Amino acid sequence: MPPGMSRQGALALRPHDKGVDRSPASSFIFRQKAHSMADVVVQQGRLVRNARPRKASGLRNMLGRKSTVAFFLTLPLILLIALLVLYPAFFSLYLATLNKAMTKFVGLGNFTFLFKRETFWMVVKQSCIFAVTAVVFKALIGFIVAHFVHNIPGKKQRKWRGMLLVPWVIPPAMSTLAWLWLFDPSYSAFNYTLSFFGVGPIPWLGETFWARFSVILVNVWYGAPFFLIMYLAALKSVPDQLYEAAAIDGANWWQKIWYITLPMMRNIIAITTLFSLIVTFANFDIVRILTSGGPLDTTHLFATWAFQVGIQSSDIPLGACVSLFMVPILAVAAIFILRDVSKRGNEA
Amino acid sequence: MLMADVSLRKVIKRYDDVEAVRGIDLDIADHEFIVLVGPSGCGKSTTLRMIAGLEDISDGDIMIGGDVVNDVPPKDRDIAMVFQNYALYPHMTVAENMSFGLRLKHYPKAEIKARVTEAARLLDITDLIDRKPKQLSGGQRQRVAMGRAIVRNPKVFLFDEPLSNLDAKLRVQMRIEIKKVHQKVRTTTVYVTHDQVEAMTLADRVVVMNKGRIEQIGTPNELYHKPATRFVAGFIGSPAMNFIPCRLEDAGGTLQIRLTDRIAFALPSARAARYNALPRTDKLLLGIRPEHLTESHAHLGSGVESFDTVLDVTEPMGMETLVYFGLDGTPVCGRVDPNAGAKDGAPMRLAMDLNNMHLLNEETGAVL
Repeated sequence: MPPGMSRQGALALRPHDKGVDRSPASSFIFRQKAHSMADVVVQQGRLVRNARPRKASGLRNMLGRKSTVAFFLTLPLILLIALLVLYPAFFSLYLATLNKAMTKFVGLGNFTFLFKRETFWMVVKQSCIFAVTAVVFKALIGFIVAHFVHNIPGKKQRKWRGMLLVPWVIPPAMSTLAWLWLFDPSYSAFNYTLSFFGVGPIPWLGETFWARFSVILVNVWYGAPFFLIMYLAALKSVPDQLYEAAAIDGANWWQKIWYITLPMMRNIIAITTLFSLIVTFANFDIVRILTSGGPLDTTHLFATWAFQVGIQSSDIPLGACVSLFMVPILAVAAIFILRDVSKRGNEA
Repeated sequence: MLMADVSLRKVIKRYDDVEAVRGIDLDIADHEFIVLVGPSGCGKSTTLRMIAGLEDISDGDIMIGGDVVNDVPPKDRDIAMVFQNYALYPHMTVAENMSFGLRLKHYPKAEIKARVTEAARLLDITDLIDRKPKQLSGGQRQRVAMGRAIVRNPKVFLFDEPLSNLDAKLRVQMRIEIKKVHQKVRTTTVYVTHDQVEAMTLADRVVVMNKGRIEQIGTPNELYHKPATRFVAGFIGSPAMNFIPCRLEDAGGTLQIRLTDRIAFALPSARAARYNALPRTDKLLLGIRPEHLTESHAHLGSGVESFDTVLDVTEPMGMETLVYFGLDGTPVCGRVDPNAGAKDGAPMRLAMDLNNMHLLNEETGAVL
């Protein structure tokens, strides 16, 4: 392609790229996009030269529009999501309206049945306790550790970052098995160590309180590194001069965190929290491996209980019904947090 | 009103093996406007940051208002600083940015409002008070940053290259603004810049720094007319001073200065007396500013000598024309009247005003 043409292509792109931020990474992506669009745009450029002033001319022009191209570029992902998310979602909606043998349409019968069961309400309660407590601690620990790591100089920081990320990198099913051994009531490292201090033995997984404590502990251990990394990235993006300005304005370390760090990290905190809340709420593997929902179903979450009801007790419609209950709860959380993010995003 | 003089005593800043600031002594009087100027890496910003308390001092003492503040954190030094990229809090409005320091110190609401309103009026940003920094232009952000400093009513203002991020036109405008503000509030000010024009126009006294040391301290006029070293002579003034290799000669009882085999001038008597004791063998440099190299007239004053040369390049600037030529391979710049007929590659007769010359030792760089 002659160089003059590609320049024309770039010029034709110019009016659309107002919103694109000019960080190196994004401008790289942008350039790549510009290349892939170049053919279309160059043709458009030729058109413009032949017949000015610029006039909308059907299909070609539409293809040249950025929104159209963007749509086609995202189409594979849209199809994938439709196939793997939307189809199962609607299918489970359909399943939830059938009877246990899946032969008869029962409408909302499964739902009204669930509302009458005490276990269901306990699962709702436990899911909320589990998700909220775990996310709060993950966020808190992630925030504090991120500050420590942020203050470690240069090369050492990379080592620490790598080591601290380990829990998040190991497949949770495997690491939870290790925890299962640690929690063993008679021969585990925990109870053995505690015995020296005259404590225990603690029934880690055998008593409701301790079982709930344990599943939350493991989830926090597994999820905190994610917060750590997100918060560390956010911390690094706060310009040092803001802290210097605040120091001169008279802020102590606590005021710097409250008035500078937290507001600057607000979006990241919101997104990370929402994301983690969803993942934690839908957690399956940790509870499944540690307690299988016991003792007496008290550690069941939606996912594990849906599994038990639907697969293990072969009542697939009822299981689908249980898992569907996650949707409205998470939707509310998502709306609340994301509304704030987009509002903030417009300002900052 | 508290005394707000600032003193630096043998202040040193070391980073591992590197000495960024190598022993600085400086006394800044109350109400004075001091500009630290020098090329990048000369230690001027480090010095300012040490005064602010943002950098530790490796050795020496810094005093503000008579008290040694070496170990006093920035928030207790009663200073305000304006940063190069403004460092406005992006999540706060202009008013919140300006009042942040006062709010931290729990000033009464009414007083905060009064001070912010007053500062906003002074800086002409009253209309912007409810906007976020993102909605402001560079010049407006700079005003807000200054407003944030002013409302605190501190002992000392520190400016760290505050105009470097602005375009040329705005820079001139803001320079005048800063001068006006200082005339009104009279707060002791330390201002760092690499731009010698800013330094000359703003300062009561200029501190020229190079390689971690102070080269010279003086009023803008002193630095311009009586530079102490070759560095200062070359740094202050634009276009820069010419340095022409030369030697002293005795010719029939008068002292003359020889620039090339062809060109030698008798020194004016005052200069001759001053330089007479110098060894004739020393390698010397003639320092002469472009404005003292002009077109030749029929009647030249005493101490003004003319010579012929061939111009390499001319640069018409409008009110003057810069002419470039070579003397034995040394590039030299002169400033002539735009109507003097200077043309690229054309011969021209120029006059050198030796009353305004400087003589430098080529090896030590000292002005003799």
